Amino acid sequence: MALMTLPDAVRRHVKDGQTLAMEGFTHLIPFAAAHEIIRQGRTDLHLVRMTPDIIYDQMIGAGCARALTFSWGGNPGVGSLHRLRDAVEQRWPRPIEIIEHSHAGMAASYTAGASNLPFGLLRGYLGTDLPRVNAQVKSVTCPYTGESIATVPALRPDLTVLHAQRADRSGNVLLQGILGAQKEAAMAAKELLVTVEEIVDRLDAPMNAVVLPGWVVTAVACVPGGAYPSYAQGHYSRDNAFYLAWDEISRDRDTFRRWMDAHVLGVPDHAAFLKSLGVAAASREPQAGEAR
Amino acid sequence: MIPPWTPDEMMTVAAARLLWDRCVCFVGIGLPSAAANLARHAHAPDIVLIYESGTVGTRPDVLPLSIGDGELAETATAVVPLPEIFAYWLQGGRVDVGFLGAAQIDRFGNLNSTVIGDYAHPKTRLPGAGGAPEIASNARQVFVVLKQNPRSFVSRLDFRSSAGFLEGGGARARMGAPGAGPQVVITDLGILRPAPDTDELRLVARYEGVPVDRAVNATGWPLRIADHVDVVAPPTDEEIGVLRDLHERTRAAHSRRVRVPY
Repeated sequence: MALMTLPDAVRRHVKDGQTLAMEGFTHLIPFAAAHEIIRQGRTDLHLVRMTPDIIYDQMIGAGCARALTFSWGGNPGVGSLHRLRDAVEQRWPRPIEIIEHSHAGMAASYTAGASNLPFGLLRGYLGTDLPRVNAQVKSVTCPYTGESIATVPALRPDLTVLHAQRADRSGNVLLQGILGAQKEAAMAAKELLVTVEEIVDRLDAPMNAVVLPGWVVTAVACVPGGAYPSYAQGHYSRDNAFYLAWDEISRDRDTFRRWMDAHVLGVPDHAAFLKSLGVAAASREPQAGEAR
Repeated sequence: MIPPWTPDEMMTVAAARLLWDRCVCFVGIGLPSAAANLARHAHAPDIVLIYESGTVGTRPDVLPLSIGDGELAETATAVVPLPEIFAYWLQGGRVDVGFLGAAQIDRFGNLNSTVIGDYAHPKTRLPGAGGAPEIASNARQVFVVLKQNPRSFVSRLDFRSSAGFLEGGGARARMGAPGAGPQVVITDLGILRPAPDTDELRLVARYEGVPVDRAVNATGWPLRIADHVDVVAPPTDEEIGVLRDLHERTRAAHSRRVRVPY
C-alpha cells in the first residue's frame, strides 16, 4: 500500500483502455476519483458498475467510456440517466458498447472474480430476454440434481476504485454501512485504489467489520467528502436534492457541458468542487441563478 | 363528485392493504416502497421490509429516494452485503412477497423495464432490470404496482426484463421458477389477478367511481373481466392521513440541503 494524493494515484494506476470498476451501491460512491479521472482525460475505459448512477453518467458524458457493464442504469428515485441514454440512443459523445446483467448476476460475477473461479452461478435470468442480448449469460447442468443453473463469467477488473470512511497509516481500510458489492469488487481486481474520509492512527475496527487489509490495497488517498453527492455513513448524508437537480443539469448536452466545465474540469480538486457547489461547511451559499 | 383522494393514492392504499403483518417483503423503489411503508405505518407494524441494498427489516421514517439511502441502514435490523441479500435471503427462499413496478406489463404479467423499441437501437433506453428478474422468479409470490394505460399495458412487450407467466397456460411452472409469480397487479383503476387455468390477468376489482370500461379502454389487449368484480373500499381517513404525512415528510427531507463537514 502506498499513501498518495488522488491526482498521483490516478496518474499511476488509471490507464486508458482499462477495465475499471468504481463500486458503492448508492452509498460511498467514489465521485472525487471519477472527477480526477475526467480531469486527467482518461479514455477508452470499460466501465463496470452495478448502478452507473450520476458518477458514470458524468464519465460517459465526458467521453471516458468505450463500454459499460452494468445492471441498473437510472438516477435512483428520479428517472433516467440522460448522458447514458444519449450515448446508447444517439451515440453521443461516442458510441458505447453495453453489457447488461441483473443485480444478482453481477454480484455473482464479482464473487466469482474474487474467488478465482471462471464463472459464477445463480438461479437467475429465468424467462427473461437478457441472455438473448448478453451472450455472456449461459447455463450449466447441475451434476448432482440435473437442474439448469444460470452462469455468468467472472469479473476481474484491472482496477477497482472504492471510497471508505477511514484508513490507518498502514492502509488498512474500514467500510461501514450499505456495502453493495464493494468487497467482492475489491477482491476481484488486479489493483485496488481507495479514497477515504480520514486517515487515523488507529483503525479501531469492531470485530467482524469489513476491513480491507493494507496488503490487498494498492493505494490510499485521503479525500474528505470524496463520496459527495453520494454519502458516507457517519460523515454526511446523500444529497437527494442534488440527485433531483441532476435531472435538469444532465438533460441537455450544453447544460451538462457547462456544469462539468464549471464544477469538475474548471476546479483543481474535490475541495474546490465542494466549494463551487456551496456544500462545503466553510463555503458561501451559491447566489441566485448560479449553476449549482 | 370528485373524491377527496387521487387515483395514485387509491392505488397505493389498495396495494398496501394486500400486505400483511410479519410478511417478508422485498421492496422495489418508487410505488412499491410507498405502499410497503404505508402498510407498515398503518396496519402492519411488524412487516419485514428488505431493500436490495442489503437492509433487512428496515423502518424508515421517510420514503427513501434511492434504494440505499442512509436512513434505510440506520433503521435496519441488519445490513448485509448485496451478494448475500440476493443469495441467502432472496434465492434462499426467505421472501414472501416481491413487490415490483415496471414500465410495461403484458397479459401474463411479464414485465419490461429495459427498453422501448429495439434493444440495439432503442427509442427509449430505460434504466434496466436491476434486482427484478431474480425477485420475480424467486420470491414466493410477486405483487406488481403500475399505472394502467395503453402504453404500459401492452399486447406485446418490447423486452422481457422479468418473467411473469411467460406465454401462460402453466409455462412458468414448467420452466421451474421457484416462486408462484405475479399473483396480483394493482393499478390506478383497479386490481387484476391471474386466472387459474390460463394464467391470464383478469380484472377482479375496481375502485369506487371507476367503471369497468375505463380499465378495459386503458388496456392494450382485450382485457378479461372476472365473473364477479369487487368494489374496493375507498381509503379511510387514517390511510390517507398516514400516506400524506409520509409524502410530506419525504418531500421536506429530500429538499433539505446537505452540508459536507469540511
